[in-house]
Amino acid sequence: MWAILSIRVENKPGILFKVTHLFRSRNFNIDSISVGVMENPEFSKMTITTVGTEKQIAQIVKQLDKMIDTIEVKRLDENESVYKELALFKIKLSEASDSIEINKLADTYGAKVHNEQKDSLIVELTSTPDKIKTFEEVLKPFGILDSARTGVTAL
Amino acid sequence: MNDKMEVMNGGKALMKALEKEGVKEVFGLPGGANLPMYDELYKSNIRHILVRHEQSAAHMADGFGRVSRKPGVCFATSGPGATNLLTGIATAQADSAPMIAVTGQVPVNMIGRDAFQESDIIGMSNPCVKYAFQPRTPQEIPEVVKKGFYIAETGRPGPVLLDIPKDVQQNEAEITFPNEVRIPGYHPWTDVDITNIERSIDLLLSSEKPIILAGGGTIISSAFAELQSIAEMLMIPVVTTFKGKGSFPENHPLSLGPIGMHGHAEANKIMSEVDCVLAIGTRFSDRSVGTFEEFEKNLKIIHMDVDPAEIGKNQTTQVAVIGDVRASLRVMLKILAKKVLKKSDGNKWLKHVNEVKDYWRENLKLHPGEMSAAKILRKLREVLPKESIVTTEVGQHQMWASLFFDAIHPGTFFSSTGLGTMGWGFPAAIGAKVARPDVPVLDIAGDGSFNMTENSLATSVLEDIPVIVFLINNFSLGMVAQWQRTFYERRMIGIDLKKCPDYVKLAESYGAQGIRAQSLDELGKAVKVGLNSEVSTVIDIPIDPEEDVLPFVAPGTSLKDMILPS
Repeated sequence: MWAILSIRVENKPGILFKVTHLFRSRNFNIDSISVGVMENPEFSKMTITTVGTEKQIAQIVKQLDKMIDTIEVKRLDENESVYKELALFKIKLSEASDSIEINKLADTYGAKVHNEQKDSLIVELTSTPDKIKTFEEVLKPFGILDSARTGVTAL
Repeated sequence: MNDKMEVMNGGKALMKALEKEGVKEVFGLPGGANLPMYDELYKSNIRHILVRHEQSAAHMADGFGRVSRKPGVCFATSGPGATNLLTGIATAQADSAPMIAVTGQVPVNMIGRDAFQESDIIGMSNPCVKYAFQPRTPQEIPEVVKKGFYIAETGRPGPVLLDIPKDVQQNEAEITFPNEVRIPGYHPWTDVDITNIERSIDLLLSSEKPIILAGGGTIISSAFAELQSIAEMLMIPVVTTFKGKGSFPENHPLSLGPIGMHGHAEANKIMSEVDCVLAIGTRFSDRSVGTFEEFEKNLKIIHMDVDPAEIGKNQTTQVAVIGDVRASLRVMLKILAKKVLKKSDGNKWLKHVNEVKDYWRENLKLHPGEMSAAKILRKLREVLPKESIVTTEVGQHQMWASLFFDAIHPGTFFSSTGLGTMGWGFPAAIGAKVARPDVPVLDIAGDGSFNMTENSLATSVLEDIPVIVFLINNFSLGMVAQWQRTFYERRMIGIDLKKCPDYVKLAESYGAQGIRAQSLDELGKAVKVGLNSEVSTVIDIPIDPEEDVLPFVAPGTSLKDMILPS
């Protein structure tokens, strides 16, 4: 089972280390993690996606809650929250038609094209992880030279 | 409201902050990076108790903390001083003992440059502290001390590390001492959960074969009287975890003793038959319950604990009562007092429990020798005053103590149960004696374990902290030897300590008293000598190295499958 955890922590050095250490020492996995300062700079918001059984996820929520540096730990409902990830793909342009085709695909998926050069371009897609995965599959035939993803953030 | 601002250095701010918390003693060892704080310790009213190894300082603080229920304080320098403390800190964390560990650190501008005696103790200690602070200015010191004590002693207690860079100890600043601190992510107190207490009562009263399982949390929250009242009111038998030993008088008619790997035969037998358990302040350690799946089969579990993260971690619970267990038990008692309790039909369950208990108390086969573990520990119980505090080392002697030494007075038995740290018992006994100089303190020891921190004899002699080391000596790492005999077809390796050292001479070389006891009579006399002695006494008791600890629940099996003496 996949879960999105939204964790409000004190904005102090070392807390990201402690949160990730907790996952490791309790034998849980982090799928993705994104961190940013909140509107009140005393706090940061960490969004962690993780995979585990219902019992494991319930336990990691409790352990996170127990941490003194965490102010609030929420498990977000996939259906009732907005969760997005930003992905960048650097695509190889082999034939003249590639650029047009990729621009078309980008339109269909709501992605943006950046940095178009003679032999490559970069597309940016902000979406859910599964849609990004689908988009990645579509891009694969052109040749993905490099890629980067931010990890999910959610509200 | 804060007190008036005063100019002083960080070391002095630390001493004043500790004094404000009521600290009268610290256990420690100085070094380069904590010299400035030691200079202020010299000028303060706090007593310094010098150890010969930092691990012992942590165990002494731990023993002090468990007995007094106030954090014990230990000091060490940076680098190896700090890493030597780690085993002691991890031990306190595993057994929820309040502690404040103060380490020196290299100066702020040297951190991260691999300076001499630099270690990232904040990073290293992260998984085994309740919290850690590294103040970067002298002004922060009073606040982190106050926060540290608050965190260490409230909720589920634990160790807190204060890592103070040398320049932060040395530099002067305008210091104020806060009377209150705010920790936004820490909420140790919860309201008493009346709804779930009522549900617990219904479940308990509707069950046919109930039992109470008292864990270490019962001792930490001093819920002794409440536990006994509930057991007696409902006439429910009581088992404990090993860490819960001492939460319920083991000479009480309702007591069955500890369950677990080396639990009492009657306790394990009955635990395998019950349909409902009221589990108080326990984390259901694998050493206590055997395999998790087997333990919870056909069993309704009511779990009372102060730590919400323990609910459902190892066992599926029907009812969870989160909160201080003493407060919860008090409310339970009040509600029960109002209910008209119908006495069950002559209480068939209790009758059965007593039959099982009587059977095993009469029929458990014991080692035949005169100096068997059972005989020497029962002799000890006979001669040792009931209010004495007992600690143990880790190994066979510890499990024999679980089996054959009855803890009678509440909160008089302490052991390293979670981390299982060899070398814990003796320094912890010294810490306990500092907390309770009015009662005798005795460490039930094994030779392998005592060997690890025996140099604390210097501390006990030079600081006038007399304790008794009851050394059950089988000249080997006995528990490992037992496992090699049982599971590795007697391929004995790395267990023979070859009668080295001679513990009588060793004790004498430190200026302590060494007595060898080779009969029960000599043993009884030696304990009496120790009780009246002004220096520590090591009683060396040679036993048969082949004696096993039985009964024994092998790892990965369930309580009902315990191996009995043949």
